[in-house]
Amino acid sequence: MTNKTLVSATINGEPVEFLCEPHQSLLECLRDILELTGTKEGCNDGNCGACSVLLDGQLVNACLVLGVEIAGRAVTTVEGLADWRGLHPIQRAFLETDAFQCGFCTPGFLIATKALLDRDPNPTEAEIRAWLSGNLCRCTGYDKIVRAVQAAACLLNAKCEVDA
Amino acid sequence: MAIVHIPPLMRDLTGGRDKVSVPGKTVAQVIEALDAVYPGTKARVCDSDHLAPGVAVSVDGVVARLGLHAPVKPDSILRFLPVIEGG
Amino acid sequence: MTAQKKKPFTVVGERLPRYDGADKMTGKAIFGPDVTLPGMLHGFVLRSPHAHARLLSIDTSRAEALPGVYAVVTGADLPPAESTDHRYARDNTFASDKVLYAGHAVAAVAARTPTLAEQAARIIDVEYELLPAVTDVLDTTRDDAPILHDDMRTRSLAGRGNKSSNVASHFQHMKGDPARGFAEADVIVEREFHTATVHQGYIESHATVATWSDDGVLTIHTTTQGSFAVRDHVVWLLNLPMSKVRVVPTEVGGAFGGKNTSYVDVAAALLARKARRPVKITMPRPDVFLATGPSSGAVFRVKLGATRDGRITAAQAELFYAAGAYPGSPVGSGANVLFGPYAIPNGQIDGYDVVTNGPRVSSYRAPGGTPANFAAETLLDELAEKLGLDPIEFRLRNHAREGDERLDGGTHGHIGGIEVLEAAQACEHYTAPLEGGPHSGLHRGLHRGRGVAHAAWGNWGGRSSCALSVNGDGTVSLVTSSVDLSGTRTTIAMQAAEALGLPPERIKPSVGDTDNTGYADVSAGSRTTYATGIAAIQAAKDVIAQMRARAAALWDVPVETVGYADGVFSTADALRFTLAELAEQVTSSGGSVSSIANVDVGEWGAGFSTHIADVEVDPETGKVTLLRYTVVQDVGQAVHPAMVEGQMQGGATQGIGWALYEGYAYNDAGQMLNANFLDYKIPTSLDVPMIETVIVEVPYPKHPFGVRGVGEPPILPPPAAIANAIYRAVGVRPDHLPMTPAHLLEKMGVIESRIMNHDS
Repeated sequence: MTNKTLVSATINGEPVEFLCEPHQSLLECLRDILELTGTKEGCNDGNCGACSVLLDGQLVNACLVLGVEIAGRAVTTVEGLADWRGLHPIQRAFLETDAFQCGFCTPGFLIATKALLDRDPNPTEAEIRAWLSGNLCRCTGYDKIVRAVQAAACLLNAKCEVDA
Repeated sequence: MAIVHIPPLMRDLTGGRDKVSVPGKTVAQVIEALDAVYPGTKARVCDSDHLAPGVAVSVDGVVARLGLHAPVKPDSILRFLPVIEGG
Repeated sequence: MTAQKKKPFTVVGERLPRYDGADKMTGKAIFGPDVTLPGMLHGFVLRSPHAHARLLSIDTSRAEALPGVYAVVTGADLPPAESTDHRYARDNTFASDKVLYAGHAVAAVAARTPTLAEQAARIIDVEYELLPAVTDVLDTTRDDAPILHDDMRTRSLAGRGNKSSNVASHFQHMKGDPARGFAEADVIVEREFHTATVHQGYIESHATVATWSDDGVLTIHTTTQGSFAVRDHVVWLLNLPMSKVRVVPTEVGGAFGGKNTSYVDVAAALLARKARRPVKITMPRPDVFLATGPSSGAVFRVKLGATRDGRITAAQAELFYAAGAYPGSPVGSGANVLFGPYAIPNGQIDGYDVVTNGPRVSSYRAPGGTPANFAAETLLDELAEKLGLDPIEFRLRNHAREGDERLDGGTHGHIGGIEVLEAAQACEHYTAPLEGGPHSGLHRGLHRGRGVAHAAWGNWGGRSSCALSVNGDGTVSLVTSSVDLSGTRTTIAMQAAEALGLPPERIKPSVGDTDNTGYADVSAGSRTTYATGIAAIQAAKDVIAQMRARAAALWDVPVETVGYADGVFSTADALRFTLAELAEQVTSSGGSVSSIANVDVGEWGAGFSTHIADVEVDPETGKVTLLRYTVVQDVGQAVHPAMVEGQMQGGATQGIGWALYEGYAYNDAGQMLNANFLDYKIPTSLDVPMIETVIVEVPYPKHPFGVRGVGEPPILPPPAAIANAIYRAVGVRPDHLPMTPAHLLEKMGVIESRIMNHDS
């Protein structure tokens, strides 16, 4: 009955191997097979960004990527942001700016922010809003999220401390 | 005697009166007393032994959680209201 | 702005990191769809594609025969209904003789994988006899409308109707003499408004995992606003003893009233019982739009009259609210919102609850309020303009004060509406020049305008429970049954810390389940920080009393001589224990110290909010751009100001979506066309500017710290504020929500007919 493929990839810096069927999305593989439930499903059709992950550094919706497509490639999820030193500066900025309410869209925004700041360390407000427009948030109205991205940029450029 | 504000849709039964004084120590007793004076009023607000669906009673400005069993003071003011849900 | 005397607080009013922050940042927090149990199966719900049809037969045999399928259930698996309300709830779980909306559940399958469950569901043979459908709010009231429930007769205090109808109920409020009031008026305005159905739009779908023990105890892990509400619902529908059902709430990814109701918990429980394995159901996004409870589409006919010196003399309104397939729309609270903030001497409001072939509506942040506020506040704006009065000045002139009676018969308590309007008048945004607006000749061709709207929302009190337990190191564990939607475990813990005289990091808050906490009403109605805070403060007072008694016993002094302040117990003779030191002694001096407070808060402080919106309208495309937006709101006492700002900004953004983008669209067969996040558009980061907030604090006397509910008021004013701004930008008054480009172009005479077929 099985038509499963063995997929080898790197996830959050670690080598992984898993079996999946050809139709299973990367989102399904992350959540149901690899037990990485930090990445969320909001719509499953590429319209909300809750499943944002980095695929070889590029921002993608995991619901629009097949599990078999990541063979030999590297994926970063929200679980890969913090490390032995503590929360990632982007996570600290979101926390200290109160840029979350229910927290469900937060992993997607954190990953999208990382993708933005990796390529542009000093985005303007307009650039931040344009970049994040693929991530839906129903709770916050985006104001504090934009401020958190600005605060994260500050932290990463070692230019300032975050205001609590 | 409690004062019952008669909703406009029930004034056909009370000869146009918008306030009626009736005795009663509970909402149920007040409604019975009202019905005795103006027959048919109970049937408008009650379904057998409880308030009709969609109908609430406020006693002195507070919606009575106990419904028909709510206590009524000698000078209480009663109103019938549509049920309001929280959200 | 009126100066407020503020009580000094140590913890309340501070911006603190949330207790659940780290887990929410790292993806460790467990939301409904994240729950897994060993041996878990996956459930899929089969739903009717037809908006209205008789359900003739269901044959599940082919599905049951599929390898990997463990159970199939239908309405036949539910106990019989014992009342009309029960029948409605039962039928909405699985249809019995009719399907009443596209998306109405007819069966469910549990299988080894989600894909297999769906494949099996699609080979269940269902026979339908199609019936004509009606989705429009007014069409459903016509004599020739297809009847949804043959036994439905219009209920009202005028008696019961004598023929089948889709009008479930009618109520009427009357105050004074409206005819005389209108006769006294110098200016009268009258309009009709149509507003579409909108959805709460939470990003996390409903998800539940149900599992049975072999001795018949059902445990449900579910994303919900109320674990006890789910328990009550499951007990009712499955006819189970309450002691045999345990509901464990997960973290919640957005709710806004839409998770007050249970949708797939009963189906999961039925499947799990038949399959003898845990079963998980996660609603796919289209099903969330089709089959959970959105808000009501509505129609308003509103009339308002005032004298030349700006006094409103009379108001009249007819409200029609679509409840969806079963009665129970929030038309009553919509009527309360309509002219809620104002003292109007004469008025009549008629409200109609009607059924339509759509999903049964549920609460959405200030249920029924936003569309009513749109109708009332745009009409008020028009009246102010005809009188030549500043919009805020006109509202101030007619504003209610404490003790004034509303049109619905209620009385205003201690309110801060006037303070909010005055703060709006005084804020920088209100007087800032609007480039390209009617005042400026500099930017020809730019159509910009500024609009204002005001609103009152009653909020809620209700039943809450909070338990405090002193740990041996002087920290205090706090457990509540109030589900934390957006940070209330923090605001409740802050209030406990304030009452205990402890720094907030010494409190450890958590949310319990129905087995280990006292009853709580749903976390809704802007009540949680308020009512559960009252419970926390009460429990804290009792803990301090118990600890004082312990100190007195340990020191062998009368308890009256033991004082407590700022975390220290002491006597005049300088005997002294910090709470931590005393806590160390506690278990050896009589056992642990803990207290549980169960409250039923019957009085709560209304919240008022004024919004100011600057828009730019493109007269060729009808596109509306929000240039600047300010929310002014009375919150009583902000417990956590950043969270309060977040509520104001988030509620306003939902109102902005309601105003400009959101609405259910149907085809002629009554099927929803836009059941996805692409075509049902909620605001993105590109659609809103930074949202400025002005927090006004008129403390509410019935809360020890003055707290009022904050969550709901800010969703009310945006559509009217934006509509009033659009009027000043391009000279037309929208009367439809959403105010799509097509609607504006129609109003401006650029196009002839509406493109979107909304339901009202």
